Amino acid sequence: MTRSFDVLVVGAGPAGIAAAVCAADEGREVAIVDENPHPGGQIWRIGRENTEHGKVVGDAEVWMRRLDRTSVQSFLGWHIFDAPAPKVLRAAWGPEVAELHFKSLIIATGARERLLPFPGWTLPNVLGAGGLQALVKAGLPIRGKRVVVAGTGPLLIAVAVYLRQKGADVVALCEQASTSNLLKFGIGLLGQPTKLADAVRFGWQSRGIPLRTSCWPTAALGRDKLERVALNDNGRAVEIEADYLACGFHLVPNCQLVSLVGCVLDGSYVRVDEFQQTTVADVFSAGETTGVGGVEAALVEGQIAGLTAAGARQKAASLLKERNATRRFTRLLDRTYALNPDLRRLPASDTIVCRCEDVSMKAVQGNASWREAKLQSRVGMGACQGRICGAACEFLFGWGMESVRPPIQPVPVGSLIGTRAENF
Amino acid sequence: MGHLVTGQGSTYDVVVVGAGIVGAACAHFLTREGLRVAVLEKGIVGGGATAAGMGHLVAMDDSPAQLALTKLSLQLWRGLLEELPASAEYRETGTLWIATDEEEMAEVRRKYGLYSSMGLACEVLDGEALAKAESELRRPLAGALRVLGDGVVYPPVVAQFLLREVAERGALFTGRSVSSIEGNVITLGDGTRISTGYVVNAAGCSAVDLTSGFVMRKRKGHLIITDRYPGFLRHQVVELGYLKSAHSVTADSVAFNLQPRATGQILIGSSRQYEDEGAAVDDDIVRKMVERACAYMPGVARLSALRIWTGFRAATPDKLPLIGPSPGNPKVLLATGHEGLGITTSMATAQLITDMLLGRSSPIAREPYLPSRMNYEAAHA
Repeated sequence: MTRSFDVLVVGAGPAGIAAAVCAADEGREVAIVDENPHPGGQIWRIGRENTEHGKVVGDAEVWMRRLDRTSVQSFLGWHIFDAPAPKVLRAAWGPEVAELHFKSLIIATGARERLLPFPGWTLPNVLGAGGLQALVKAGLPIRGKRVVVAGTGPLLIAVAVYLRQKGADVVALCEQASTSNLLKFGIGLLGQPTKLADAVRFGWQSRGIPLRTSCWPTAALGRDKLERVALNDNGRAVEIEADYLACGFHLVPNCQLVSLVGCVLDGSYVRVDEFQQTTVADVFSAGETTGVGGVEAALVEGQIAGLTAAGARQKAASLLKERNATRRFTRLLDRTYALNPDLRRLPASDTIVCRCEDVSMKAVQGNASWREAKLQSRVGMGACQGRICGAACEFLFGWGMESVRPPIQPVPVGSLIGTRAENF
Repeated sequence: MGHLVTGQGSTYDVVVVGAGIVGAACAHFLTREGLRVAVLEKGIVGGGATAAGMGHLVAMDDSPAQLALTKLSLQLWRGLLEELPASAEYRETGTLWIATDEEEMAEVRRKYGLYSSMGLACEVLDGEALAKAESELRRPLAGALRVLGDGVVYPPVVAQFLLREVAERGALFTGRSVSSIEGNVITLGDGTRISTGYVVNAAGCSAVDLTSGFVMRKRKGHLIITDRYPGFLRHQVVELGYLKSAHSVTADSVAFNLQPRATGQILIGSSRQYEDEGAAVDDDIVRKMVERACAYMPGVARLSALRIWTGFRAATPDKLPLIGPSPGNPKVLLATGHEGLGITTSMATAQLITDMLLGRSSPIAREPYLPSRMNYEAAHA
């Protein structure tokens, strides 16, 4: 299948939806691609659970409705795996392959949780915070279970609140950031009324959840599954009993696609100008790929990208003031939840760093670079293509990642050759 | 070549430039003879063509000299196997040379006669026996030659293993580029000068930048690796047409060439291109490789592909490596130009280089690989 669009949007989270809606409203032919079968991305999938009577509410409802009213073509359940030529992406859905041609491309691929290895993190019932939330959403019984939520970032609070609403006994919410950092964060919010309101609401909803700051898990203990969590609580060693440990160390942007099409990154984030234009002509990026800033930032950047890609630069310009405010919040988040360097000492020498290939810390740590570690120890060489251990090693060793090559997600060998795969 | 002259202020008897499999093997052999060896590498150990290749240990008979070199290499590899760490992933898979028709079966029988006469264990499989040996191959096929002693290995780990003594003595220098070699003095990119008895230039494609007087070209290759499918494939399987396509010296080509890794992953090869010095994955070449692989083994289309990468082979005009003194500087011995056979022939290369430096004779004739042949060819072209 080969299809052509004026504007192709990759990622159907808040940024992608806003971009697609705005470009379509300007009369452009637009398609949106997402590997999940439903739009909304990670955040609105989570948000929808906080709905009233199963109905989507708030921003999510507004934007989903707007998307429904457009003629945007949806490729849901499809994942992009290759950019075989300029202005073409290849997407796969099972064995099906589509070649999607575009005049402009908007990449809104969001972020994923950063997981860090520590002794016992591979024990059953130790999960990513977002991962546990998704399991509970899918029906995992959590009522009455003792859960420790640990790591860093505002999503931990959201997950803890959600789990408690589902009947979990959240016995500890461990935030590695210090109280003073969190206070600075609160002060930083004073100029941003909606963010402050969110914070107050979360503060209210999370009351009664024991929050520990400057605290992180040092080991997950148990015989066949998690039984206890060892914590470093302000330098003191503490153990608490738990049925689940949900971990997340803030978010890392999904920059595989921006890298594949040749966009320049600044650190982990893709470089964009104020109109969300990347360093590659006609390629835009919006949302967490440009800086982890949450839904509001994603919506503003998505609109700017969609309008600009559709040629409505004037309209986009009217949103720049709002964008500047959300950028300040993004920077504030980065400062508040910066990882404590002590976390680099979390893995023991026999702790598995790469779960796909069973590679331990001692096999990884003697190497001088990510590439050398990959070649000598097979770290990052498995099916997840280093998405988890690569982000961990970036923090643990300060290694830069390699350039990205197709396929950016595993696909059947036959799909590598595009639509001609139908011959096999 | 006379005996190695040591001393006279040199810190090292031999400095090897390049820590790919060839440089590593040379350093290992020379160290084992008691020589003081240092290795200089601009990148990381085994990070160039050594990391990009398949790691197929294979007897090849494109020419009598090639067969002699690969056969000696396989013997030397066998002597090393017991010491290799498990992470070197050695497996004696054997090679199946696949014949699609009677013309190629005639080639199978010719090859069988030659290999047998050389003492290389092999057998002729008819179509039925081939289908039993590898059930995923399309049917019918005419048959195959099974070469039993061939194997596969994971080269970057082997390179590091071979360099362990050098590294332990603190004489392995990675991240150090060489800017020039004059006489027996090496100047590094940062201006450091090292004087040595002899230099072994094992810098792969970069060897031409350091030693003049010979011609080499970069020959780009692509490989695809899949997820784990234990039992899908048992042998390294290569089309006999490979001999025609791989050794055409000018044209771009692809050939059916699959390898089972110890992990159960399948490596899908192979391609050969000139004139493309960029590392980017070439969509058209990947398409041809996949089509070729699926033409022989349709089930490959369903396997999950994890990664594609590219690399560059150092190719000489006559398809044989350059092993021996450089024509312009007798203090420099070349050990490069191994094209697609460097993993296999690293061992015989190291043996020959060591024999030359120690003034010993070698188990095979060295003349076919001497760099001086290139001048001869140029003069008579």
